[in-house]
Amino acid sequence: MASEGDRRAGPALERRSRILGAGSARNGVAIATGSTVVVFVLLAVAITHAPGWHEVRRTFFDWHEFKASFPEIARAFELNVKIFCIAEVFILVFALLIAVLRSLPGPVFFPLRLLAIAYADFFRGVPTILVIAILGFGAPGLALKGVPTSVTFWAAVALILVYTAYVSEVYRAGIESVHPSQEAAARSLGLTRGQGLRYVILPQAVRRVIPPLLNDFIGLQKDTALVGTLGAVEAFQQSSIDTNATFNYTPYLAAAVLFVAITIPLARFTDWLILRDRRRRQQGGVA
Amino acid sequence: MSALAIEGLRKSFGRNEVLRGVDLDVAEHEVVCLIGASGSGKSTLLRCVNLLEPVDAGRIVVEGEEITARGVDVNRIRRRIGIVFQAFNLFPHMTVLRNVTLAPQKALGLSRADAERNAHELLARFGLADKARDYPDRLSGGQQQRVAIVRALAMRPDLMLLDEVTSALDPELVAEVLEVIRELAAGGMTMVIATHEMTFARDIADRVCFLDDGVILEQGPPAQVLGAPKEPRTQRFLQRIVDAGRL
Repeated sequence: MASEGDRRAGPALERRSRILGAGSARNGVAIATGSTVVVFVLLAVAITHAPGWHEVRRTFFDWHEFKASFPEIARAFELNVKIFCIAEVFILVFALLIAVLRSLPGPVFFPLRLLAIAYADFFRGVPTILVIAILGFGAPGLALKGVPTSVTFWAAVALILVYTAYVSEVYRAGIESVHPSQEAAARSLGLTRGQGLRYVILPQAVRRVIPPLLNDFIGLQKDTALVGTLGAVEAFQQSSIDTNATFNYTPYLAAAVLFVAITIPLARFTDWLILRDRRRRQQGGVA
Repeated sequence: MSALAIEGLRKSFGRNEVLRGVDLDVAEHEVVCLIGASGSGKSTLLRCVNLLEPVDAGRIVVEGEEITARGVDVNRIRRRIGIVFQAFNLFPHMTVLRNVTLAPQKALGLSRADAERNAHELLARFGLADKARDYPDRLSGGQQQRVAIVRALAMRPDLMLLDEVTSALDPELVAEVLEVIRELAAGGMTMVIATHEMTFARDIADRVCFLDDGVILEQGPPAQVLGAPKEPRTQRFLQRIVDAGRL
């Protein structure tokens, strides 16, 4: 039973000491704490003693402005979260489709592979803000029947198109990282290509690319601010409005706080997922 | 009717012709061992029989059905032919049980309960009953290879192909895997086994085939091929094995 406990503690300890550097764990914590305090104190002193500090503090760190603008920016931030959540679902599905198309072997599928490559190349090549502007200002003019004409809708479509291209590359890297012998094993058992992909290749591929996937989603969450350039009132646009009204930049800081409040937990969550998966596989047992 | 009939099989990788006209007939319940130096075409031959490699010329017939014919359903064929690889190739993201039940459920359409009952039976038979819930990376190489054999057996194949299944194992783990194969042979399983274990081949094989440069140069009962080979190249190959202390 003791060995069971050791195993459980093993990877965590190992990881902690790797983050903190060499030396015993307790020593490491002391050194890390000390050096962190020193660095931050030095930074704080340097900034607050800068010649322009008082001016900057007044225009960027005005507590009253912060309190006054925060509720409205937070309400506008709902739009960012909504765009992010909806776009993410479509991106996950479309990108997987593109990645699978691109991994199809044989000459028959060449046109599909070509299309997938062209798609990924094009939308990774054009700046996101241009895609948003072109679709946001152009597409509503088509007056398509049954399709919303709101700029927010088309800006979300633009984000989906761009991020699908990036995420499909992440999936593709994952698919290619699974050794061909895994597919051989699946096919040798009589599973079809589709079954092999679904049960054997993709589960391994996706697990391996969760960190880069999340990286792209943090990027997406931030890029929802670009929707504001079309006039939709999301957090960035709202803080711009506030800033223009008061000539104080503190509302930008409030918007930044909101973005960080979402993206940092997202990053911690992924780390936790990866660790849990690794532990479960190392311990075997209950699945 | 033979369980497996191979006629004039040819296979090239680019300009390198690995199989140059292989003929082989395997009777039902027969155990055939393929021996030969690395690169002589043993693995390629087995992969061709499992249709993992498309053949360039020749025919492969399994129980009267030509599987190299145009338009055959390769998935249906593969369900009847089990293959075990040198590197195990277990699915690392699945438990041992799931490794064994996946194909019976998805390819044969067994219910989960039936597939699991069969799997537990097979795992117990090969001393792996307590490993069902483990993930492959928790097992020793010998255990992993036994799971791979069980996984192939769970499809109830008519024919098993074993591709140097002990070559990636530490020496002390080889015996447990060979024991499993012995049991399969005793149970009447038709098998084609590519191997470097000459002692094992002598014990278990009904027939030994010496592959050299893409053709079967010599074949016959193990005592004859391993004990009194006629071909000079077979003699040289076996002499090297003896010199290495492996026969």
